[in-house]
Amino acid sequence: MSKRLSWGRYPATPQSARLVAWRDQVASVLGETGSTSARTLPFGNGRSYGDSCYAESNRVIAMDGLNRFIEADWVGGRIKAEAGVLLADVLAISVPHGWFVPVTPGTKYVTLGGAIANDVHGKNHHVRGTFGRHVLSFGLSRSDSASELVCSPTQNSALYAASIGGLGLTGIITWVEFQLMPIVSPAIDVTSYKFGSLAEFFTLSAELDPVHEYGVAWVDCLATGEAAGRGIYMVGDHARIGELEIKPSRKRSVPFVLPVSAVNNVTLRAFNSAYYAKQKAGKQQSRTDFEPFFYPLDGILHWNRIYGRRGFQQFQCVIPDHNAEPATRALLEAIARSGTGSFLAVLKRCGNIASPGLMSFPMSGTSLALDFPNNARLDRLLRDLDVIVNEAGGRLYPAKDAHMRGEDFRRAYPQWHEVEALRDPLLCSQFWKRVTQS
Amino acid sequence: MKKILIIGATSAIAHACARNWAGEKAAFFLVGRNTEKLTQAADDLRARGAVSVDMHALDMNDFYAHGAMLDACYRTLTHIDVALIAHGTLPDQRQCEQTAAHALKEFSSNGLSVIAVLTDLANRMEKDRHGTIAVISSVAGERGRPTNYLYGSAKAAVTSFCEGLRARMFKVGVHVLTIKPGFVDTPMTQGLPLPGPLVASAEKVAAIICKAVERKSDSVYAPHFWALIMLAIRNVPTVLFKRLNL
Repeated sequence: MSKRLSWGRYPATPQSARLVAWRDQVASVLGETGSTSARTLPFGNGRSYGDSCYAESNRVIAMDGLNRFIEADWVGGRIKAEAGVLLADVLAISVPHGWFVPVTPGTKYVTLGGAIANDVHGKNHHVRGTFGRHVLSFGLSRSDSASELVCSPTQNSALYAASIGGLGLTGIITWVEFQLMPIVSPAIDVTSYKFGSLAEFFTLSAELDPVHEYGVAWVDCLATGEAAGRGIYMVGDHARIGELEIKPSRKRSVPFVLPVSAVNNVTLRAFNSAYYAKQKAGKQQSRTDFEPFFYPLDGILHWNRIYGRRGFQQFQCVIPDHNAEPATRALLEAIARSGTGSFLAVLKRCGNIASPGLMSFPMSGTSLALDFPNNARLDRLLRDLDVIVNEAGGRLYPAKDAHMRGEDFRRAYPQWHEVEALRDPLLCSQFWKRVTQS
Repeated sequence: MKKILIIGATSAIAHACARNWAGEKAAFFLVGRNTEKLTQAADDLRARGAVSVDMHALDMNDFYAHGAMLDACYRTLTHIDVALIAHGTLPDQRQCEQTAAHALKEFSSNGLSVIAVLTDLANRMEKDRHGTIAVISSVAGERGRPTNYLYGSAKAAVTSFCEGLRARMFKVGVHVLTIKPGFVDTPMTQGLPLPGPLVASAEKVAAIICKAVERKSDSVYAPHFWALIMLAIRNVPTVLFKRLNL
């Protein structure tokens, strides 16, 4: 009865959802919902942007009802919980005990299962790697296995590696056990640096990333000429002194889908110029709660609705270090020329810590992420950006994607064969079908 | 520290309420049919901050075992601050029309078993002169609809029973709260063609219940807009109502 859409609301293909309420139902629901001709897919909290969370059959297995904790060890900082538990749920109980999630993406409304399936990364990728590195074990239900498999670096290790970044294709993750990291305060000490060019971004990154836990930059995606690549570099560290309490935050919400996108050339230009101008020159220090630092957009529930009925697409690529500067410059030039883009364009230097996952997105290099409202000219722009990424030896992030060409995917992720070999025969996403069969 | 008895503890609405209370460091006595599900619910509440969680497996249609269950509850908790009566089923109306045995079984699950346990529980809480009894009834109890009148009549019995019990217990300081949820997105309603905009999440309904317990409300609709819908439905004249297929 309930229909699900991806976060970008594009493609606009509503998924009908079969709910799972208990762990022991997963195997039977998988058998009833999927077949080899109409394959299904587990669906977490719908924070993937494109079609990687859509089932080939348009019938998904909704995992958000599997949201119980199984065990919380506050001495060792380990959590065992069902796959539909959100990072937000974990933080709500772990922060008062002095533990934080070791890796978090830009929203806390992702499920643990989704965090593994997309091997999410965050602002501390250069020191902690991806989420998968902190996963001790998980339960995997497969249609060709009578009982649930426990996967860890030592047990069913091939499935463990294939499932981390495996886009939910290798079976249904039922529970997850992972390691937290200790904190003494939920506050983050932030320092921001205004920079005027892309070259300055790379200088700042080289200087700041090695000495800070978190580092990320906002970039003005519409600036051209002299100002191209200008932005604000933000670094942060968990405060070393303070009280372990979570301040209640007031949530706002976009109550309905706007008829047309509120993000257009005029609003974008106004916002980006004002945001850049507001920041004082040089170095600014402050202490903030962790929520506005990590999750600025989570404060507005359903913010994706501002893009209107046609939805939006996110573009996130990573370019290897040796080509990072010229390719990023070319990407920003193409975007600025097009006049489209988003309020939050993000540049981040990823580190070289390897993930245990087979098909993880990040690599040592520079990642650029931004949203584009859907319109007729977008396809053309995305093609231009793809060419730059391909020539630089970079790759796109499947969790954010609704457009990449099959040949580009297969070149960028040659490991896809290994994941395909371990795919559950009853599971397949529209993304997977698109990039492996076209 | 709140001491809380929950009957039907593995239901989605009851568990969502329990999570809210677990964050306030409550002690729980959970009653449900299935031991494995109770264990999973208990583990979750412990991780979320519950001070203690005890479990008791019981099918509430076994009326003669209610006393032993309440004995065990009082041995564990010593007294009750909040009792949430949340067990129930969603009967297949068609089947209930076919055989009386089926109809009575469902009436028992949703009506008689509630009346039975409330009778015993109220007498015990009356002695303590303390606590709140929160009972999940339903908007379905306000009018017998052709598609759902077995369930509706059982819930009507529960609502009326609670109204009388409230007036009796008020005098001794025990509070009785009647909760009337509308359509809720839970495993119990999965697969039903419910009208999307009217469907609330179990979490939303739980937030309303916990607030109503705190405020000692007498009766709440969950979500509140059902008060308006039911006002309209109660006022549809029978001459028209009998022609509708609600």
